[in-house]
Amino acid sequence: MSRLLVRNGRVIDPVQGIDESLDILIEDGRIAKLGRNLERGADAPELDAEGLIVAPGFIDLHSHLREPGYEHKETIETGCLAAAAGGFTAVCCMANTNPVNDEPAVTRYIMEKADRAGAVKVYPIGALSKGCRGEELAEIGEMVEAGAVAISDSPNPVANSLLMRRALEYCRSFDVPMIVHPQDELLSDRGAMHEGRVSTRIGLRGMPAAAEESVVARDILLAEFTGGRLHLGHLSTAGSVAAIRAAKARGSRVTCEVSAHHFSLTDEDVAASNYDPQWKMNPPLRTDNDRQAIIEGIADGTIDAIVSDHAPHHRDEKEMDFADAPFGISALETAVSLALDRLVRPGVIDISALVRLMSATPARIVDVPGGSLAEGSPGDLTVLDPERTVTVDPASFVSKGRNTPFGGVTLQGGPAATIVGGRVVWQR
Amino acid sequence: MGIEPATVLASKDLVGIAGLEAGEIQLLLDTAEQLLEVARRPIKKVPTLRGMTVVNLFMEPSTRTRFSFEVAEKRLSADTLNFSSSTSSVTKGETLFDTARNLMAMAPDFIVIRHPNTGAPHRLANVVTASVINAGDGSNEHPTQALLDAFTIRRHFGSLDGLTVVIAGDIRHSRVARSNALLLSKMGAKVRFAAPASLLPVQVDELKAESYLRLEPALEGADAVMMLRIQMERQKKLNFPSMREYYDFFALTPERLRLAKEGALVMHPGPMNRGVEIDSEVADGDQSVILEQVTNGVAIRMAILYLLAGGRSESAAGS
Repeated sequence: MSRLLVRNGRVIDPVQGIDESLDILIEDGRIAKLGRNLERGADAPELDAEGLIVAPGFIDLHSHLREPGYEHKETIETGCLAAAAGGFTAVCCMANTNPVNDEPAVTRYIMEKADRAGAVKVYPIGALSKGCRGEELAEIGEMVEAGAVAISDSPNPVANSLLMRRALEYCRSFDVPMIVHPQDELLSDRGAMHEGRVSTRIGLRGMPAAAEESVVARDILLAEFTGGRLHLGHLSTAGSVAAIRAAKARGSRVTCEVSAHHFSLTDEDVAASNYDPQWKMNPPLRTDNDRQAIIEGIADGTIDAIVSDHAPHHRDEKEMDFADAPFGISALETAVSLALDRLVRPGVIDISALVRLMSATPARIVDVPGGSLAEGSPGDLTVLDPERTVTVDPASFVSKGRNTPFGGVTLQGGPAATIVGGRVVWQR
Repeated sequence: MGIEPATVLASKDLVGIAGLEAGEIQLLLDTAEQLLEVARRPIKKVPTLRGMTVVNLFMEPSTRTRFSFEVAEKRLSADTLNFSSSTSSVTKGETLFDTARNLMAMAPDFIVIRHPNTGAPHRLANVVTASVINAGDGSNEHPTQALLDAFTIRRHFGSLDGLTVVIAGDIRHSRVARSNALLLSKMGAKVRFAAPASLLPVQVDELKAESYLRLEPALEGADAVMMLRIQMERQKKLNFPSMREYYDFFALTPERLRLAKEGALVMHPGPMNRGVEIDSEVADGDQSVILEQVTNGVAIRMAILYLLAGGRSESAAGS
């Protein structure tokens, strides 16, 4: 029998309403017992969590692990190690690989690679449409059977409203959520940043908030109409938050997420970067008004989950000018620290709410084990050090992608250890 | 509005009007005034930049800006290298930084860059030691055009302070409009953009300009009218329906020009679409200063090169 005792941590489990100093005993990969002064038994390893926070493992709903096909950006192995170093015990990886994860063979390939990497759990997300082209449905049922936990074409939008409707309807048979990247691509008009005051000032092509909000509105209506499970990916505007809030108020089952960078940065940061594509992401960084609306949505429970939207790129790809460089940032190793520094430290939410946003609710949205420390739950723990000072150093990232706008930024709080199935897969 | 000319340019580069102080603009215009005289000499050459190398990196088609820079460089006795490509070298798999590193290996003193994408000159300026001059980047800035336009207007009115300048056309995609609006407002002039809203950027007040959705009211009381080239191919008929309709509502015709102040200047950065945004009668009329703009462009570009080189000789046009 394999055992691990995590001693003296401040244990947080919002599902069970626990917030107290306890020991946790993990046996054979599962939570065996929570209590005071637990015996670890002969030779069992122990992790001293005195002064640290111990939570059910954080699950990232939105990551791009790039393999197969784009191994120069990231591999499943480096992505898993980066997730562990970032305090995540599981990641859901998007389907926009090459080949696209639109058939069960690719789904199985991803899972085998992840097993071999042996760090964190990987839950593949299957493509909604063949090749993520937005034309015809992919083999959703086969992929779900192979292990896919959700369906998504992200970062491609679903332009065709009828396909969107049919996908929501079809997914009901397999009870998986559809994760969408809400964006009207024509309306976005090849924009590279948010369209507004700052884009006018600095002369970059903009994409308006309405390009996101109009699709958010459409998809909420289609989800209500079809009864499908809709999860709106990385919302970035005040209007989107308001639309979700209104939908939830009338009883809609729709869920949503935001990325850590959207509550941390604004389009003014793009201007200050002097056209540095490290600040180029999709959805783009919006105005401070939008950023504050997202923070309000987090505080009042409108937002269900915080994700990394990890989008690693090769160094060369970000050495382009702003318009030519690809969208996205390497985010697995900064998301948790940003959440601790920008949300918990200033008191927007307490630590229990953060655990809900990064563990309990994500587990429920994609319906995977975890998200709680109840006996018999997976022995996946995220251990946090709220006092740790983190200075973001891209050169020391575990991820292959060093593309981040947070280089040199100092944050308070960060992961201290990551435990998956009772095994310490990363420790500071 | 009393603007004291600066004595030097603060930056090693000229990447946009956004980074210039009014005093620096004054200095550039005053220097161009001195250099204008070189073109009237029998031997149109001064030794100012002898031994210095200028790379002209044009990653987007351009004839008049490229020629204007070349003439300016040659009149200052610089050695010039020209690289033109209708597509950026990105399509050949080279990053902007690779291009920069390769250029710097040839140790140029100046890089004049035109690029289809916003911010490319700014990025380049950050990583090279040479002085970078923006000859137009994406839909962002075209600072040398704005300087030559302001120079042309100032030569007619003596000062820019208090003037009203109309800029009409595809403002949303026009780096000329943006640089001009920034420059003219810094120098105390009022700028009016005239275009249908489909050709205007959002939050126009960021550019210190007022917007007019029809041309006629914008023209009332104007001292100068700048017409921009309208490109149908870029518009794909989404931003306005046809050249004919554009002419009917937004072209500068002799009748419309009469709404402006008497003797108002007619300007165009070129190349013109006669019969689309501007009537030939106006383009070739008494009030047109379109060819003066071209002449002045050489003097302005000489002034920029001279001042970025450090303004070494006592007088700009010194022989």
